Amino acid sequence: MALQFQHKPGLVIYLTAGDPSLEATLAIALAAIDAGADVIELGVPFSDPLADGPVIQRASERALAKGTSLKDVLEVARKIRAARPAAGLVIFSYYNPILRYGLANFADDSAAAGADGVLVTDMIVEEAAPYLKEMERVNLAPVFLAAPTSPDERLQAIATHSKGFIYAISRTGITGKQQNLTADAAELVNRLRRWSKLPVAVGFGISNAGHVAQVAEFADAVVVGSAIVELVEHSAPDEAPGSVARFIKGLHLEQSVLAR
Amino acid sequence: MASVIVPTAPSESRPGRFGIYGGRYVPETLMAALVELEQEYERAKADAAFQAELADLLHNFAGRPTPLYFAKRLSEELGGAKIYLKREDLLHTGAHKINNALGQALLAKRMGKKRVIAETGAGQHGVATATVCALLGLECVVYMGEVDMVRQELNVMRMRLLGAEVRGVTSGSKTLKDAISEAMRDWVTNVRTTYYLLGSALGAHPYPTMVRDFHRCISLEMKEQLMEKEGRLPNVIIACVGGGSNAIGAFYEFIPNREVRLIGVEAGGRGTGLGEHAARFSGGVPGVLQGTFSYVLQDENGQIAQTHSVSAGLDYASIGPEHAALHDSGRADYTSQDDAAALDAVVKLARTEGILPALESAHAVAEALKVAPTMQPHDILVVNLSGRGDKDMGILAQELKLQGV
Repeated sequence: MALQFQHKPGLVIYLTAGDPSLEATLAIALAAIDAGADVIELGVPFSDPLADGPVIQRASERALAKGTSLKDVLEVARKIRAARPAAGLVIFSYYNPILRYGLANFADDSAAAGADGVLVTDMIVEEAAPYLKEMERVNLAPVFLAAPTSPDERLQAIATHSKGFIYAISRTGITGKQQNLTADAAELVNRLRRWSKLPVAVGFGISNAGHVAQVAEFADAVVVGSAIVELVEHSAPDEAPGSVARFIKGLHLEQSVLAR
Repeated sequence: MASVIVPTAPSESRPGRFGIYGGRYVPETLMAALVELEQEYERAKADAAFQAELADLLHNFAGRPTPLYFAKRLSEELGGAKIYLKREDLLHTGAHKINNALGQALLAKRMGKKRVIAETGAGQHGVATATVCALLGLECVVYMGEVDMVRQELNVMRMRLLGAEVRGVTSGSKTLKDAISEAMRDWVTNVRTTYYLLGSALGAHPYPTMVRDFHRCISLEMKEQLMEKEGRLPNVIIACVGGGSNAIGAFYEFIPNREVRLIGVEAGGRGTGLGEHAARFSGGVPGVLQGTFSYVLQDENGQIAQTHSVSAGLDYASIGPEHAALHDSGRADYTSQDDAAALDAVVKLARTEGILPALESAHAVAEALKVAPTMQPHDILVVNLSGRGDKDMGILAQELKLQGV
């Protein structure tokens, strides 16, 4: 059931693995899936998350303080896969932890853990040849980011090399909440459609039902990251799964035709 | 359809690669800006008017060419090679950093960007950037780790006096690495209006190449001055290496002259354990940090290590990718000098030659103190004295116990 969206719009939930603990991340992921998340992006904490805003920076610091490693994150992935065979599962990381783990080892172990895809924040298509080869070898979907600043020729290359879905960044900037969605997002998704039939998920700054409804007008899925991570930050560990489930229900996703 | 962008050739043969090192590892949002910068830089390089404006400013504003000074007393005292100092410390703003800041600021102006951001460690690049922004009427924001703001307070005040906004960075180790991350976050947010004036031969392509080119004047002048004074090339060139901009500038023209030994000096800090130093070639492994593939001090999980050096400008977990290639090919040797040796070198140079080097440059001086006595009197050793030590008076006063009545 690799990377299919059962809701309209589909829902991708980002979690920083190991924040507040690996056990909590597993429980939160399962609760999120049961509440309606189609895909879990399991974030590998990194010491220097330069594409992330303060919320995910803090979560990464907490997870690293607990000693969370890429190996630990893949173990959480394996447990999520065992418990929820139908859910979509993407490993989300900066490139250096993957390089240190070994690109081929990472590909093997991610596939063995049951991941469907991988998203590397600081990987662009021009540098991706060795990475794409490994993803192909183990049949993992490489998910690339597309930005409002990407010209058409870049979007075309991104579309060519992406599998599963394409992650469209809603605005220039780092991860984190925002009040209003800019017109950037719709324009980017429309441009991407010219090059790809893959589902397009819009992320960065999506934090409430209003945003979700807006994005549903033009995209296939939404990614909610910092809003969830912040909710986890402010919840007691045993209450976080319930809080996240309530938050997701409050986004008012509809079952898609496919799921009915 | 086959991609129009992804090349089929191995990555090593592409521009922006130095052997296997370099490249571009950045969020997609920045890619269009990096491509635009690369293209504009290529056009500027070929534009005689741009080159003439830069040459004029380097001469009349910054003070190039800098002297190649024969350190007679130091040479005699050490009893080995003839030691020359390339006096980048005499440049306006006090370090080699102004070479690159002028070049890139002219590029920013050419690209119609009104807002310039920069990161700084020791504050020398921040001061240089604030200076050229004042000169060209550009808005300037400098990111600086809070640890560095304390130890290089004088430079913080200089930047503010020049009209720049200095933003303290409180994340991570609160030093250069964190300042770069914060500058990149600003750039990714304001990429349409903002020019990122990166201060070392680091980061994603085209920065390592462009920054090196702007500092190439150091080795060009050195070669000319040596031919004039000595009629021959030097035996050894020594430069300190943080990100590696002064070193690559001092080495570059001599790379084809294989008889010239090139020595890069990293910060040995206060010990050999991970976190105690910034010696990337003895403690690091290849990896990706802040846009480029190079040697990186990191733990077994690929998390970037803390670093330490008495000199803020050398206190960084990675190193410019061209140095990584020079290291692997064996063309340049890299070694380290610790905090104590750098402090001793400051005192030595101050008292034998009346020159107060920056703590960064003092690492190169420390290496020269070790190497020169092993050489012959007719041998020539050049130290690239990348900056002056006035900015370090606070640290020096404390470390060398200069205060009191």
